[in-house]
Amino acid sequence: MKPVLAVEDLTVTIGTRRGPAHAVAGVDWAVRPGETLALVGESGSGKSMSVLAATGLAPRTARVAGRVHLLGTELTGLGEDRRRQLRGRHIGFVFQDPMTSLNPVLTVGRQVTEAAEEHLGLTRRAARSRAVELLELVGIPSAGQRVDAYPHQFSGGMRQRVVIAMALACEPDLLIADEPTTALDVTTQAQIVELVADLQRRLGTAVVWITHDLGVVAGIADTVAVMYAGRILEQGPVDAVFATPSHPYTGALLAARPDPAAGGAELVTIAGAPPSPLDLPAGCAFWPRCPVRGDARCEHELPPLVPVSAGHQVRTFYPQPSDGERQ
Amino acid sequence: MSERTINREGQLRRALAALRRDPLALTGSLVLAVLVVVGVGGSWLAPSGINEVNVDQMLQPPSWAHPFGTDELGRDVLSRVMVAARVSLQVGLVSVGIALVVGVTLGLFAGYYRGWLDNVLMRCMDVLFAFPVLLLAVAIVAVLGPGLSTAMVAIGVVYTPIFARVTRAGVLSVREQVFVRAAVSVGASDLRIMRRHVLPNIAAPLIVQTSLSLAFAILSEAALSFLGLGVQPPDPAWGRMLFDGRGFVTDAWWLGFFPGAAIFLTVLAFNLVGDALRDVLDPRQLTVSEARRSTA
Repeated sequence: MKPVLAVEDLTVTIGTRRGPAHAVAGVDWAVRPGETLALVGESGSGKSMSVLAATGLAPRTARVAGRVHLLGTELTGLGEDRRRQLRGRHIGFVFQDPMTSLNPVLTVGRQVTEAAEEHLGLTRRAARSRAVELLELVGIPSAGQRVDAYPHQFSGGMRQRVVIAMALACEPDLLIADEPTTALDVTTQAQIVELVADLQRRLGTAVVWITHDLGVVAGIADTVAVMYAGRILEQGPVDAVFATPSHPYTGALLAARPDPAAGGAELVTIAGAPPSPLDLPAGCAFWPRCPVRGDARCEHELPPLVPVSAGHQVRTFYPQPSDGERQ
Repeated sequence: MSERTINREGQLRRALAALRRDPLALTGSLVLAVLVVVGVGGSWLAPSGINEVNVDQMLQPPSWAHPFGTDELGRDVLSRVMVAARVSLQVGLVSVGIALVVGVTLGLFAGYYRGWLDNVLMRCMDVLFAFPVLLLAVAIVAVLGPGLSTAMVAIGVVYTPIFARVTRAGVLSVREQVFVRAAVSVGASDLRIMRRHVLPNIAAPLIVQTSLSLAFAILSEAALSFLGLGVQPPDPAWGRMLFDGRGFVTDAWWLGFFPGAAIFLTVLAFNLVGDALRDVLDPRQLTVSEARRSTA
């Protein structure tokens, strides 16, 4: 199947006073219809930036290079107007904080159908009934009345549902969720994850889920790409990556998850901090923090992305043993 | 009923409740109400014609027949003050309207697009801002010639930079909000984002600024008229009457006193209402008990 959104060799460079910052340093990924791709990584690993750049939402100071295909159309050469149109029509966005991603002075009904009014040319009346429909779809009780309420009259979880309804207004082919559960409490998080998974089953929408929550990834993703310092270190089917993490970084990340069974045991951490995007190392960016710490090659030469099994690739000279043992 | 109307009513109730709790604001609004009635119906309500010259009755002190006295030509000062209210209101509304429309538009574009546009527009505003208000207004009137409409244009130009600044400051903070990014992400055009997302969110400071600017615009008009650059005689204007009365301060205090009092009361009323509006429209300034009451 043709991918909904595919990026090839995407780089994002942001000009700063101290020189160019390499936020994304050559990334390839693709998401197919009905599939969920999870982009995982620490803050600043380039996961959000790669998506924003791919959809033309990168900040004005960013220089974006590479190829982006949306439903087979090359986006990079297109004018801003055409890009805006395609983006609004085919992609829906859910942002991190539902407290700030809704306009406080507009009723939720007006906001939910904003995109539909612009791109499908709905009348006010049609837009309103469409808004009710959408709010029902995302599980907001008595949507007929709530459609005229203002965002401050909703709880955080309900607001995120409104944001999701807004993203779905144009029946997009792709839903981009940028850490949509980070600002919510755990119970609500589970409900939102469940909601998106359910909507995806019913509508067949592809989803790109940006997160640092590996628990969420295991629950909903089909494929996962682990990002670090602007590059993908490991990607593949979620089962394969979780069962046999081949990059030392993935292994360390999985090991750092809190384990309720371990009781009060101290949390495992990865010592050190990611490199500055202003000064990426020539070799493997994870090398200074790597528990394996191979040899001089790691320090001076960028490891290529090599396949370890079907669809499962890893960027390291030292793929970890495939029996799931971690260093 | 839908929640929208409930919310609207809630806001109106809150505004009225705030007014009741604040006797100063209530007084201000009452003065403004009287002013509007007089301003609209002044020529019908006035006891005598504004240019009814009566030399027998010249320079009469306040009496039952002439509550504000008469001037050196025997004209009724009360009638003249009442009719002049229209001029003041008209100049205030039109000039602030000009400043509001031009200033908000410039501020929106400057704040939203930033970059060179912002620099050019705001530096121009700074230049205007650097001049003393009256000096600039006098200069503009000097170029365009004295009269009511040029006074309005001049005052409008003088107050434009304030609106541009207030707007730009608001836009700068609103444009970074996630909901603006969300609107961009769904493909909304820049104009639509400015109109639907940015402008409504900066309405509160603009309303307050409008109310306060009305006070200053009326004051500026009085000053221009005082200098003979506004309304031309024999039409009455408060500033002009003040000027004409200055020769008689020792003999006929009422000539200057009543127009002066009218200016004072009007400016005070607009300021009081502006302050009250600021309190009502800015939820951050609500006291805890007020906030509880308004959500209860």
